[in-house]
Amino acid sequence: MDINDHFFRREAGRLVSALTRIFGVHNLALAEDVVQDAFCRALETWPMRGMPDNPSAWLMATARNRALDVLRRQRTATTFAPELGRLLDSEWTLTPVVDDILSADALQDSMLRMMFSCCHPRLSEPAQVALILNILCGFSIDEIARACMSGHAAIEKRIQRGKIALAESKHLFDTALPADFTDRLPAVQRGLYLLFNEGYHGASPETSVRLELCHEAIRLVAILLQHPLGKTPTTYALAALMSLTAARLPARTDSDGNLVPLYDQDRSHWDRTRVSEGLRLLELSATGTELTAYHLEAAMASVHAMARDTKDTDWSAIIELYDQLMGLNPSPIVALNRAIAIAQRDGPERGIAEIQAIADADRLAAYPFYPAALGELEFRCGNQARAHEHFEVALVRARNPMERHFFERRLAACRANNSQPAQVSAFWEPQFASAQAPDGAED
Amino acid sequence: MSEFLFLYRGSLGYTKSPEQMQKSMQKWVAWFKDLGEKGVIKNPGNPLERSGKVVRGHNKDVHDGPFAETKDLINGYTLVDAATLDQAVELSKGCPIFEDGGAVEVRPIAKL
Repeated sequence: MDINDHFFRREAGRLVSALTRIFGVHNLALAEDVVQDAFCRALETWPMRGMPDNPSAWLMATARNRALDVLRRQRTATTFAPELGRLLDSEWTLTPVVDDILSADALQDSMLRMMFSCCHPRLSEPAQVALILNILCGFSIDEIARACMSGHAAIEKRIQRGKIALAESKHLFDTALPADFTDRLPAVQRGLYLLFNEGYHGASPETSVRLELCHEAIRLVAILLQHPLGKTPTTYALAALMSLTAARLPARTDSDGNLVPLYDQDRSHWDRTRVSEGLRLLELSATGTELTAYHLEAAMASVHAMARDTKDTDWSAIIELYDQLMGLNPSPIVALNRAIAIAQRDGPERGIAEIQAIADADRLAAYPFYPAALGELEFRCGNQARAHEHFEVALVRARNPMERHFFERRLAACRANNSQPAQVSAFWEPQFASAQAPDGAED
Repeated sequence: MSEFLFLYRGSLGYTKSPEQMQKSMQKWVAWFKDLGEKGVIKNPGNPLERSGKVVRGHNKDVHDGPFAETKDLINGYTLVDAATLDQAVELSKGCPIFEDGGAVEVRPIAKL
């Protein structure tokens, strides 16, 4: 039997989550060691003896035996999961308890417990995202640093601190307590949203890395949707947003790896399966009374998904959704995106006026797409010189090579003095309105 | 035809990420498949536990072992058929262990 791409990485997330329930959250490193050991054993055995019929079950059985060894050998010296108390001390109860927690039925719940634990309010949002990537998705520090375009040392520190905070929380989150579940749920939704955002808008120049992060967020939100308390209209809205946005991933970069703005994407490359899945989820989100930013952003994504091209797009609907988002969650980034939508409907001059009217534009001082938006609209008005000035500012503020390259190309277009804006419409995709890139925040 | 023992020495990557382990796995599987297709595998062998005992001397002292450094530790073996030592050495060169700084010791089985 062949194993899927990322099989080990995903197994790592499942196994570490399950073993941590037994060893206790303060012994996370021990759970990680046991899993690493099982992987090494697989690496030594499978090539010589052939792939097992059920690789997943093989790994679980190997990890289980190793875990039982550790529990027997260390039980006098080590305190394991306090929730299990003396059950691990007696041979009568040890194996049944371990087998129960490692059973296939319990695995999803173990992952949820870990997911909720990683979103502990004591942890900063960047730390939450880094922990989810490390523990639940099985990425190493180097892999996370590469995906987030961050230094190894910075990510290592973030994860180490996060793990210390996890250990200090003493208990894994208990998904069986409905009040606690509902309390923590918004933080978990936000953590997954930021994880997706890191994949979609983040800095990594490698398309494959971005895809992986987006797929991980979609996989984890699907686990959340399988829990009776997790499948709220808001979670459905979040899942819809992810699916509708991820549908555009195949068209988002060209063959040279350049960013292709939403407005220029070849929509025939959009993933139709994801679009219809997203629309189905969006329908499921439309119950109850709560209207969240996820609902509004998913609705916007659905308007784009259903339009053949930018001309066919219902910009009035988009603007109305931005108005609602401004009411719910006012921010200069939302205002900027709203102004761009107005420019699409009413022309670039109106767009420039809207941007100039943004109340707290000083908060956008470091945001490259603020000058870029002005540059783009000036370009469309035929003011190449002014557009060039704005793009120069944007270039200085660019946060990664992909953005830098994008602005350089816009500058070249300005210098070519090509006054046919239709050929060079080059808007980016509006950044998710309520997200700050996780890497930008302070630890 | 003669028989040769491949002894795998050194770590297969105890510090690797799951993704890297999977890549190694695919390389090892591909290498074994290649050897299999060449029809040279006499016995695919087994991995060895990393811990064990060493019994030594007249007094048959028992120590926790093996003593080798991790990089020299034997962690598996395979028995292959080859015409000559040189040919067996050539076969061993496809082993992915070299990428991890490991070694393959190629030892002819003595003909009595």
